[in-house]
Amino acid sequence: MSTTAQLVQGHHDPTLQHHFHTKEQQFETSKLGMWLFLATEILLFGGLFVGFALMQQKYPQAFLLAHHHLDRSLGALNTVVLLLSSFTMVMAVWAAQTSRKKLLVWLLLATMACAFIFLGVKYFEYSHKFHEGLLPGKFYSHKGDTVPNQFVFFSFYFMMTGLHGIHILGGIGAIGWLVIRALKGDFDANYYTPVDLIGLYWHLVDLIWIYLFPLLYLIQ
Amino acid sequence: MAAVAHVPAQAHAQTNYLNAQKGVWSWMTTVDHKRIGIMYLSLISTSFFLGGIFALLIRLSLLNPKHMVFGKVIFDAETYNRIFTLHGVVMVFLFIIPSIPAALGNFVLPLMLGAKDVAFPRLNLLSLYIYFVGAVFGIAAMVTGGVDTGWTFYTPYSTTTNSQVTLMTMAAFILGFSSIFTGLNFIATIHKLRAPGMGWFQMPLFCWGIYATAIIQVLATPVLGITLVLLMLERSFQIGIFDPRIGGDPVLFQHFFWFYSHPAVYIMILPGMAIISEIIPTFSQKTIFGYRSIAFSSVAIALVGFLVWGHHMFVSGQSPLASVIFSFLTFLVAIPSGIKIFNWLATMWRGNIKLDAPMLYAISFLLLFSIGGLTGIFLGALSVDIHLTDTYFVVAHFHYVMMGGTVIAFIAGLHYWWPKMTGRMYSEKIARVACALTFIGFNVTFMSQFLLGSRGMPRRYYNYLDQFQPLHAFSTYGSWILGAGLGLTAICLLSSLRKAPDAPRNPWGGRTLEWTTQSPPIEHNFDVDPVLTHGPYDYRKPLPVEVEA
Amino acid sequence: MNWMRSLMLPMAGSVHAREMDNFYIFLVLLTTFFFVLVAGLTVWSVVRYRRRPGVITPHITDNMGLELTWSVIPLLILMGVFFWGVRGFLGATVAPGNSLEITVTAKQWVWSFEYPDGTRTVNEVHVPVGKPVRFVMGSQDVLHSFFVPTMRVKQDVVPGRYTDVWFTPDVEGLHRVACAEYCGKGHSDMAAKIYVDSQEKYQHWLEEGGDEWKSISPVAFGKLLYESKGCSTCHTVDGSRMAGGGPSWKGVFGRMEMMSDHKQYLADENYIRESILNPQAKIVMGYEPIMPTYQGLLRDRELNALIAYIKSLRN
Ligand code: HEA
Ligand code: HEA
Ligand code: HEC
Ligand code: CUA
Ligand SMILES: [Cu+2]
Repeated sequence: MSTTAQLVQGHHDPTLQHHFHTKEQQFETSKLGMWLFLATEILLFGGLFVGFALMQQKYPQAFLLAHHHLDRSLGALNTVVLLLSSFTMVMAVWAAQTSRKKLLVWLLLATMACAFIFLGVKYFEYSHKFHEGLLPGKFYSHKGDTVPNQFVFFSFYFMMTGLHGIHILGGIGAIGWLVIRALKGDFDANYYTPVDLIGLYWHLVDLIWIYLFPLLYLIQ
Repeated sequence: MAAVAHVPAQAHAQTNYLNAQKGVWSWMTTVDHKRIGIMYLSLISTSFFLGGIFALLIRLSLLNPKHMVFGKVIFDAETYNRIFTLHGVVMVFLFIIPSIPAALGNFVLPLMLGAKDVAFPRLNLLSLYIYFVGAVFGIAAMVTGGVDTGWTFYTPYSTTTNSQVTLMTMAAFILGFSSIFTGLNFIATIHKLRAPGMGWFQMPLFCWGIYATAIIQVLATPVLGITLVLLMLERSFQIGIFDPRIGGDPVLFQHFFWFYSHPAVYIMILPGMAIISEIIPTFSQKTIFGYRSIAFSSVAIALVGFLVWGHHMFVSGQSPLASVIFSFLTFLVAIPSGIKIFNWLATMWRGNIKLDAPMLYAISFLLLFSIGGLTGIFLGALSVDIHLTDTYFVVAHFHYVMMGGTVIAFIAGLHYWWPKMTGRMYSEKIARVACALTFIGFNVTFMSQFLLGSRGMPRRYYNYLDQFQPLHAFSTYGSWILGAGLGLTAICLLSSLRKAPDAPRNPWGGRTLEWTTQSPPIEHNFDVDPVLTHGPYDYRKPLPVEVEA
Repeated sequence: MNWMRSLMLPMAGSVHAREMDNFYIFLVLLTTFFFVLVAGLTVWSVVRYRRRPGVITPHITDNMGLELTWSVIPLLILMGVFFWGVRGFLGATVAPGNSLEITVTAKQWVWSFEYPDGTRTVNEVHVPVGKPVRFVMGSQDVLHSFFVPTMRVKQDVVPGRYTDVWFTPDVEGLHRVACAEYCGKGHSDMAAKIYVDSQEKYQHWLEEGGDEWKSISPVAFGKLLYESKGCSTCHTVDGSRMAGGGPSWKGVFGRMEMMSDHKQYLADENYIRESILNPQAKIVMGYEPIMPTYQGLLRDRELNALIAYIKSLRN
């Protein structure tokens, strides 16, 4: 990279990019960037939340009836799984900070495992809905509804859980990448920024589910 | 300019960011903010040219009510509708939103902060590529039949028409991410990469403007993203949210759309204002008046700007109470713009003013933006907007703020930083003529449209009543003068690349950090990392000799 | 100030319109004042303080008093503007109880009107002078907007819900309705005429549907109806084909027409009559079934006049 900068400042740390003065500055900048990114994520989902709230207000009865088709216990199970994964992620960040390189790999793998369990459960839920024709928009073919417009609920159900699922997939990819780098021994107390940032991201994905679960599964 | 006249021109052989590495590949993989800025600049100028061609076609078609040119009808209604839609979409999403931040901002922001690069150089390159992909989608939508919804994509027309709405919304969606990443990058850069000694209030005002813009980019654009996704899904899967035939609410789409698109108009104007805040002190050789007011008013515009979207919907069927509240907030958000105008005037007062091209453009901005902003007051006033909404009055209003404001500021900034970016001085004489032509042409084109609108000519009209013909013709003639002015500007700038004097470090006598490095700058901006001892715009001493090579 | 009014605004057809005009002219003056202020100060500074060598400018960073002045004064003025705007707006939101109510249906690209007594018209509506009229509007397809420039009113017409707009016309004669919300190909042709009639004329029109037919030939009357009933938004009379519209009337009469089910019919009076009253019954090959039915919208003499007109266009 930058020869001039390195000459001027005389550092050789390969994890410090040329345009930063210090590692603290670099770390804080990355962290700020991540927080901003998370803010955009919240607003992205925010649009769907507002849309959901307004349509629920428009068709309260349809939404109430429609949500009975969701399986609360599966939803609750997934909530627990995600909370657990958040915990293992926190531990992973701690392991990185304290240079426990082996433990870090295991904790990351545990987090990934939880993510796969989550998706597995979602797969069962989705296929059940597919089977009953509880699908979004024009694909909705459920028979015997007493109140019209229930398909709107499922439009939102699939959009929201689908978008969330895409984020889980993204998280799995990111954590997988962390695992590979952790195996190479890239992270230790001196440099663990990626673990920290992806950890933040993972907590947000978890948090969004914490909102989605009561919103979709526990309508009163 | 006596102080800089004796600065020796740089030796040609000197290395700089342009010649440090060679070959197309070195450009495509560069993470240098300056090169990325230059690449954005060329893409954005191309977009402006394309949008401008569409604009000239609109005007040509409206030259007379029969759409006759040389005895032939040039377009039918369907083509006309596609042309104004593509004009709006190209100008808004491909040109004006990225224009100043991504092109000029990318180039000068790190320089002004005394930084070596933006916070996330690779993300910066990624934004450029995302922009490119978005543009490809946009072009694909155009060549496969275009879009006929208007740039606002109002439902249910947009969910039922058989033009390329899905492709085009996809393009806008992708372009949105480019904008988000640019904004995110700039916020982090401004927070964390200021040179030692540069507190928030020692930062040049351009950076404040870009900062306020970036806040909007980051907070508003995701909402547009999700709205466009919903629109695409409604179109392909009838999910039942915007289309009334299946239980949706078309007005909800308008709320979603304007929740982004009103703040977006401040994404467009704040960077323009930021440029003016640089040019006026430099060419007045006087410190900026009311630094803090200008800085805070940018942030105030950004924040209050989030609360006024409903002023686009006074006749949409939203509740009268909502309209009243939105009207109130609209007037509040006008105040900070006024504050800026008066601060600029106070800066020029007792200055030492030189009317070089950047300053001429800055003054054009002052006048044209005032007209645009003041006519915004008409539109914010409820009873008057009822009459004026969806007429040419609105068209004139937003061209005065977008073209007369942002585009003029963009051109001002382009001239201002041209020597820094390219190392060449353009011809001052040609630039002044071009500026005058643009100014005159612009006013002829759009002043007439205020009259058209207030007299009752609706917008997006292919056919119109004969009584409007003279004003329409007048406007069309203006667009030709305007085109000539812009063409001359392009010739002036581009020809300077082939044959023109080399630029000194600080041709205008500016007091911000970008002028302390060589023109064009070296790869990592500064030979020695700058350390600030005092704020910008300090003209108490004659020009320092900091400008020697 | 009258020259300004006639330069900038269309004729004012109601008290509300004249009140808005006053406000409008006030805004013109107010904003002109501020523009002249800004432009004047700019030009003055540029001339008075143009560049002279060796000048060192004073270091003036701010001035609280000035800053407050140019924040607070515009704020106060704008609050005044806000209240004036709200007054004109709220006054116009709720129609008086004694209004004449006309139902409006907007459809790409025709306006149809229905009176309380069931009279129906297309692209043309008669209202009595001096009496409030309220239009209750719905759309059958996309957004439209009911814009009467001379009354200074405008209201979007939204599918799936009703919106309304009202005014009390006090100037007799022709007023125009334009569609002000983009609605596709025919957006700019989606126009209607409002005739503000004296009380007697209005009554007479309600009973008779106007007098033109008495004084002109059926063919000429049919030609008028071709324009006023909205046929011209979809049909040409010169043999050319309008994109997205219907067949040209040129040469239709007396020809064998091929339908989309491959049956053929002779286009005689009965066929034309059916095409107008029940257009979906037989769809001409190569066209979409988009023509609205005119059942109940045309008096017999109007139908006959249209047929006579189409007949006159035979080859
Ligand atoms: C760069 C973009 C930009 C900017 C900066 C603005 C600035 C403003 N706009 Fe504009 N606007 C648009 C772009 C922009 N607008 C676009 C694109 C549309 C139409 C979109 C579409 O439908 O396609 C639109 C439409 C639009 C509408 C909706 C019209 C309609 O469709 O019915 C309204 C209504 O309130 C409005 C108001 C304002 C106001 C009050 C300001 C204010 O911020 C202006 C503030 C500035 C000043 C007031 C001037 C300077 C001040 C002084 C000199 C001080 C003294 C002043 C007073 C005391 C009054 N705008
Ligand atoms: C940044 C935004 C922007 C800019 C800069 C412009 C610029 C222009 N616009 Fe645009 N306009 C919009 C944004 C913009 N517009 C939007 C959002 C709409 C609404 C669309 C909708 O309703 O959905 C609109 C709508 C709109 C309409 C209304 C259409 C209608 O409602 O039916 C008209 C009509 O006159 C118009 C005209 C023009 C003209 C003449 C210019 C000129 O200023 C253009 C000048 C540029 C050039 C002329 C090109 C550059 C020229 C050259 C490089 C010279 C050529 C070369 C040589 C001579 C050598 N525009
Ligand atoms: C919204 C568009 C539209 C309007 C308005 C409209 N038409 Fe049509 N019309 C069509 C279309 C499309 C067809 C061809 C398809 C069909 O047969 O229905 C058609 C067919 C016809 C035909 C048969 C023509 C043939 O070639 O066989 C007649 C006659 C006719 N229209 C008369 C009228 C009259 C009279 C009016 C007005 C009072 C009118 N139309 C208004 C769209 C329209
Ligand atoms: Cu109907 Cu525009
Ligand atoms: Cu707005």
